[in-house]
Amino acid sequence: MNFDIRLPIGLMFGLLGLLLFAFGLFSDPELYRRSLGINVNLIWGAVLLVFGASMLWFSHRSQRRRST
Amino acid sequence: MPELELGLVDYAIFAVYFTFVLGIGWWLKKAQRTSEDFFLSGRSIPAWVAGLAFLSANLGAQEVIGMAASGAKYGMATSHFYWVGAVPAMVFVGVFMMPFYYGSKARSVPEYLKLRFDEKTRTLNALSFAVMTLFSSGISMYALARLLELILGWPFDVSIWVSGAIVLAYIYLGGLTSAIYNEVLQFFLIVLGFVPLVYLGFRDAGGYAGLSQRLEHVATSHGFGAGAWKESWSGLGHANANPMGVEWFGMLMGLGFVLSFGYWCTDFLVIQRAMAANSVAAARRTPLIAAVPKMLFPFLVILPGMIAIALTETAGPGGFALPRNGSGPDYNMVIPAMLAHYLPPGMLGLGLTALMASFMSGMAGNVTAFNAVWTYDIYQTHLNPKASDQHYLWVGRATTVVGIALSVATAYLASHFNNIMDFLQLVFAFVNAPLFATFLLGMFWRRATGHGAFIGLLLGTAAAAAHHGLSLPGDAAAGIKGGWIAIVTHYPSEMAQNFWTAIWAWSTCFLVTIVVSLLTRRDKSDAELKGLVYSLTPKVEEPQRVWWRTTPGIGVLILGMALALNIIFW
Repeated sequence: MNFDIRLPIGLMFGLLGLLLFAFGLFSDPELYRRSLGINVNLIWGAVLLVFGASMLWFSHRSQRRRST
Repeated sequence: MPELELGLVDYAIFAVYFTFVLGIGWWLKKAQRTSEDFFLSGRSIPAWVAGLAFLSANLGAQEVIGMAASGAKYGMATSHFYWVGAVPAMVFVGVFMMPFYYGSKARSVPEYLKLRFDEKTRTLNALSFAVMTLFSSGISMYALARLLELILGWPFDVSIWVSGAIVLAYIYLGGLTSAIYNEVLQFFLIVLGFVPLVYLGFRDAGGYAGLSQRLEHVATSHGFGAGAWKESWSGLGHANANPMGVEWFGMLMGLGFVLSFGYWCTDFLVIQRAMAANSVAAARRTPLIAAVPKMLFPFLVILPGMIAIALTETAGPGGFALPRNGSGPDYNMVIPAMLAHYLPPGMLGLGLTALMASFMSGMAGNVTAFNAVWTYDIYQTHLNPKASDQHYLWVGRATTVVGIALSVATAYLASHFNNIMDFLQLVFAFVNAPLFATFLLGMFWRRATGHGAFIGLLLGTAAAAAHHGLSLPGDAAAGIKGGWIAIVTHYPSEMAQNFWTAIWAWSTCFLVTIVVSLLTRRDKSDAELKGLVYSLTPKVEEPQRVWWRTTPGIGVLILGMALALNIIFW
C-alpha cells in the first residue's frame, strides 16, 4: 500500500500554481495596484507550480528506488 | 472593516483545497484496519511527516491570529514564545522524553501515567485533557465562523456546520493518518499562503530600515524606549519598561520553562504525532524536525503584526491601517486586514484558504487526540475493558461523531459567553503547568509514587487557581481576570499574571509530589519501571559516529540557532 503524502501535496500545489499562474497571465493589471504593482499571481503561481512538481519528483524518485 | 470581494478564481482555490482534504480521507479509508491504525497511524509515519504534523497540529488559529496580534501589541518580544519558549521545550521533549513515551508503548499520554504511576493519576489527566481538548476544538470552530462572518459575510451557522462536517468526514474515514497528512498539507499552505503577504507588507513599510524607523516611533509614542518594539530583550529589566509588562525572570521561568515545557512535553495533541512515528529514533527526531520551521515562524506570524502597527501609526491616510475596536486598534484583525489591503483576487483566495486551513487543523488535531484518550483511557479502562480491537476501532469512529457534535455545542456556547476564550486559556494554564512537574519527576526520579503524583497534580492545579483568584492584572476588574477570592497582589499585565500563576502551580506540584512520594510506599519496583524512568532505561544506541548527527547533537545545534536568533534580535 503506497500512501506517499508527497503525491497529494505535489498534485494540489501544482494545480493551485497552474490556476494562479493562468489567472495572473490573463487578468487586468489594474488588480495589482494594491500589491505594490507586482503581479503576485503570476510569480507566486509559478513558485507553487515548481514546488508541486518537485514534490511529485521526490515521490517518483523514492518509488523507483523502492522497486529496484 | 468592509467585507472582502471574492472572485471566481478564489472560489476555485477553495474548491481545490477542500477536494484534496476530503480526498485524502477517502484515499486512506482502507488502511484503517486496527485501532492502532486509527489512533496512532499504525506507528508508521516517517520522521519528516510526523515532524511537520507535530508543528502544524499546534499551529491553530490562536497562533496565526494571536501571534500577529501580539506582534502588533508587544513587538519583537513576542518572539520569546518561540525562541525562549517553544524551541528549547521541543528539543527537550525530543531528546529526553520521547524514548519513554515511545519505548513504553503507551498509546497516549495518560496511558504513560498509568504505566509509570497508577490508574487514578491516569484518569485525572485523561478527564481534564479530554474536556480541554474538546473545548479547544469548539473554540477554534467558533473563531473561524466569527471571522468568516466578519470578513466574508458568510453566515455563522453555515460555517460552523460545514467546517464540522468536513473535519468529521476526513477523520472518520482516515483517522490519525488523515489528520496528519492534512496537517502537513496545511503547513505548506500556511507558509506558501502567507509569505507573499509578509513580503508585500515589509516592502510597503520600507524594508528593514523603514520598518525599524517606524517601530521606533511606535515605541516612543507609547512611552517606552526606542527599541521596545523591535528588540526582544531590551526593556525586560523591569516590567514597566516594556509593553508586555513582564520582567526577565518571570518571562524565563514562567514562559520559557513552565508554560512551554508544560505544553510541548505533555500535551497529547502534539505528542500523539510523535508517537505515530515509525521508530524510536524517528520519534525523537520529530520534535527536532518541527523546531526548525518553528524557529522561523516569527518572521511569518509576528512580523506582520509589527508591520501592521508600524504602518497604522506612521503611514498617512490611504496607507495601511488596522481597523479600530472601541478605544484602540483591533489587534486580532492584523492578518485579515493585511490580506484585504495587499492581496488581489487569486492570491487572496490562497491567503484565505491558508487561514481556514489553520483553524481546521486545530480542530482536527483536537478531535483526534480526544478520540484516542476517550477510547483508550476512559472507555477501555473504565467502561468496557474486554472488547475486541475491532470494537474499539468502531468506538473511535463513533467518538469522532460525538466529538464534533460536542465541539459544535461548545462553539455555540462560546458565541453566548464572551469570556469563554479567556476562561479556556486559564484552564489550560491551571492544568498544564503542574503536569510538567509530574512528568519531570516521573521520568527522572524513580522514587516518585502514584500518591505523590496524584496529590501533587491536584494541589498544583489548586495553587494555580488560588494564585489567579488572589491577584489582579493591570487595571482589570475582579472576575474572570482574577481577584475572585481577594485581591492580595497586582501585576502590571495579564501576561505577567499568567506567567507567575504557572510558576506557582509548577513549584507547588513539584514540591508536593516530592514530599508525598517520600511519605508513601513505592508502588512500583525497579523492574516494573524499566523503560519508564531515565536511570532505569538502557541508553538508545545511535549508529552515528559524528556528534552533530546524533539526536542530542542535533538538539544542541538547534539550541545554538535559537540562541543566535535571540542575540541578533537582542
